[in-house]
Amino acid sequence: MKDVKGVAGANGISDTTDGPIGPPKLDLDPAVVRKARLLAARAADPIIELARTHTTVSVERALLRLAGLSGADGEGIPWVNRLTDAVAGQVGLEHGVALPVWDALLAGPHRDLAALAAAATRGEVRFQIPAGGAATAAERAARAAARAGIARIDARRAERDRLLGEVGDPPQPWIYLIVATGDIYEDIPQAQAAAREGADIIAVIRSTGQSLLDYVPEGPTREGYAGTYATQDNFRLMRAALDEVSRELGRYVRLTNYASGLCMPEIATLAGLERLDMMLNDCMYGIIFRDINPRRTFIDQRFSRQIHARAGITINTGEDNYLTTADAVDAAHTVVVSQLLNERFAREAGLADRQLGLGHAFEINPAIPDSFRLELAHAQLVRELFPAAPLKYMPPTKHMTGNIFAGYLLDAFFNLAGVMTGQSIILIGMMTEGIHTPWLSDRDLALENVRYVRDACGRLAEDFVPRPGGLIAERARRVLAESVELLERICDESLLTAIAAGTFGVTRRPPDGGKGLSGVVRRADGYVNPAIDILESEDPHAAHAGGDHGPTGHTEEVPA
Amino acid sequence: MTTDTDTRVATGPAAPAEPAAAGQIIRPYGDTTGDGMVQLSFSLPVPAGKRAEAAALSLAGQMGLDPASVVHAKAIGPDFTFFIVYGRANHLIDYGSIPVPAGREYPLLTAKEVNLAIRTALNRRLVVVGACIGTDAHTVGIDAILNVKGFAGEKGLEYYREIQVVNMGAQVDVDELVARATAENADAVLVSQVVTQRNAHLHNAKQMAAAFHDAHPAGSARRPLLVVGGPRFDTVRPEDLGVDRIFGRGTTPAEVASYLVHALLPGRSPQ
Repeated sequence: MKDVKGVAGANGISDTTDGPIGPPKLDLDPAVVRKARLLAARAADPIIELARTHTTVSVERALLRLAGLSGADGEGIPWVNRLTDAVAGQVGLEHGVALPVWDALLAGPHRDLAALAAAATRGEVRFQIPAGGAATAAERAARAAARAGIARIDARRAERDRLLGEVGDPPQPWIYLIVATGDIYEDIPQAQAAAREGADIIAVIRSTGQSLLDYVPEGPTREGYAGTYATQDNFRLMRAALDEVSRELGRYVRLTNYASGLCMPEIATLAGLERLDMMLNDCMYGIIFRDINPRRTFIDQRFSRQIHARAGITINTGEDNYLTTADAVDAAHTVVVSQLLNERFAREAGLADRQLGLGHAFEINPAIPDSFRLELAHAQLVRELFPAAPLKYMPPTKHMTGNIFAGYLLDAFFNLAGVMTGQSIILIGMMTEGIHTPWLSDRDLALENVRYVRDACGRLAEDFVPRPGGLIAERARRVLAESVELLERICDESLLTAIAAGTFGVTRRPPDGGKGLSGVVRRADGYVNPAIDILESEDPHAAHAGGDHGPTGHTEEVPA
Repeated sequence: MTTDTDTRVATGPAAPAEPAAAGQIIRPYGDTTGDGMVQLSFSLPVPAGKRAEAAALSLAGQMGLDPASVVHAKAIGPDFTFFIVYGRANHLIDYGSIPVPAGREYPLLTAKEVNLAIRTALNRRLVVVGACIGTDAHTVGIDAILNVKGFAGEKGLEYYREIQVVNMGAQVDVDELVARATAENADAVLVSQVVTQRNAHLHNAKQMAAAFHDAHPAGSARRPLLVVGGPRFDTVRPEDLGVDRIFGRGTTPAEVASYLVHALLPGRSPQ
């Protein structure tokens, strides 16, 4: 199985019956689904306009990274930060860094961007916004540099396609396992062991708090808090290690990291340059859970997704997190609303449906009656709303206790729900969730659990047809109806207001609060960013449309 | 070394003085009183096989399980084996000699209970101002307590509807902190200190406390409750620093929230 064949029509409901997703089972009203998508598009519009008319320090730094600037000064401050800050301090960022930086580079005598950054840090460079012929020359040079960076990302994507063909793509559902020691050199053998134990996707959890750093640390790192720093070197080292184990196992093992936080655009760029395969990239996670400024997040998100689209990276969204703060039954519709918004923002940024690893979770309190039926209703609803998306299904965490035996049972029910509803990416639940980071034996037992459920059930999804009008079908219909109601409210009052009112994750986030707002700049008329120009003017999947492998197909049009 | 329960009760030096406590010698219970049965699971870094099982039994024996049996052994990759072992523990517990733990001086409340206590007592939201002070840029501690994301599976204080959180972030000046706390009319100030070079954490905490005491001399407007947290405050007492409370490594948001209710809203913690 190289690819998901489900094709979505304009109403978003699968019109094929032979794919692994199977035929629709919930008898959802296509008109309601269409309405939900139109409302999501309307709610997203002002945000997209905001992102089109603003830039951020991290978007500008991402351009410099694409152009090949890396490394840091003696204090560990990356050169991209130094150079961007110097430009911002002298001429502001409203025209972007491209014009002043390449104007200065052309003026000499700096041999490259790193030399220019070092000189600028010493206060030896006078930046200006060039005009006339100088502006044309600077823009041309900046465009060539951005083009070279995007060509490197294209090459990495082609390399992935080639490797998928050579070593093989594992069948879905893909098993997603996490490593997180803090030390990249410790992570590598653990990741390789996890792949040998059956993992199809390795996620390297980041150090706690990296999302709040307004720079990307440099170099291979050996210390982190409950995770390992996302750096370009760490990305490269881990991808090379997984390539090695992929060849050994005869299946391509995907690598995941996190683009959320204050440096979304830059980390997305580094992921593209180092051939990561998936990235956590949610439109609202940073706002809700990390108190990052909403405007900053939405602007950064758009650029990061344009890069992901081009790099052939599948994004994973973070709706599962809402259910760790809100009740999984009461807030089920907020998950669907967020998925629809994530889908809209993603498609607008050029991501194909095959790249939308929309998230959801098995978090209903097991003490309530019919909890498993409700889980099935939610999981099947999401499956049918997004038939072409590689859905990411997250295991229980909130109701996992120190009772590891009960936890093992709950994880088995989660695996069962995943198999019955055709989920694409299954994060493996650990019976010791919330007690400690998984032991070797915890992972092995968890894999034994999922293997048993998968083998015992076979193609049970085919036989799982909820009774028309029964509890599952009715529950799904009700969650969809509540989603439409909430989207209507969001359209009335604006998404930023809804976020400020605590609609998602029961957390209030005003548009002018949170971290990183000072890094947001309205674009001036003469704003130039050749990376954005290239990403917006070209089909991100053009060079790969014929490929059989990887999440590259895009069969669905963006709704109006 | 097998010790019979009854012998130990009669002669053990730890036997409780009161005759009623004689039955207080206990052992694990499987399905028969006194059988001492326990289960445990572990992995050993050796390939699976007879020799690995013998090694597992050796460990069980050294742990005081006799007899012990390996009921499950499974290879985890080429280099590890996972075991489940049952055995009879030969250790005795003199339950009478186990003191009742002191526990924290306040009950641990759920978010709902904290919110209810605040709503009932204050009729407004409780205001908490948090910061990392001095040159400390490690917000991991304060963020774990304040951010919704939280810590150890618990949501941070931002998640509590009745707590208004102002997180000032890293490298905050003490004067700035005092000014902000005053402006926000803070009920409590939370300060996190991770960096301990040259005892910076102690120095910073004292300086912070002194500034608040200066700003709120006795008899003047209410001084906010001063709480510091960090991994290396285990050598000092709150009064050494001039603060109301110290929290150490592993503190969860619920413990802090429950403490705030206990300290600020006396009589409001549901028992």
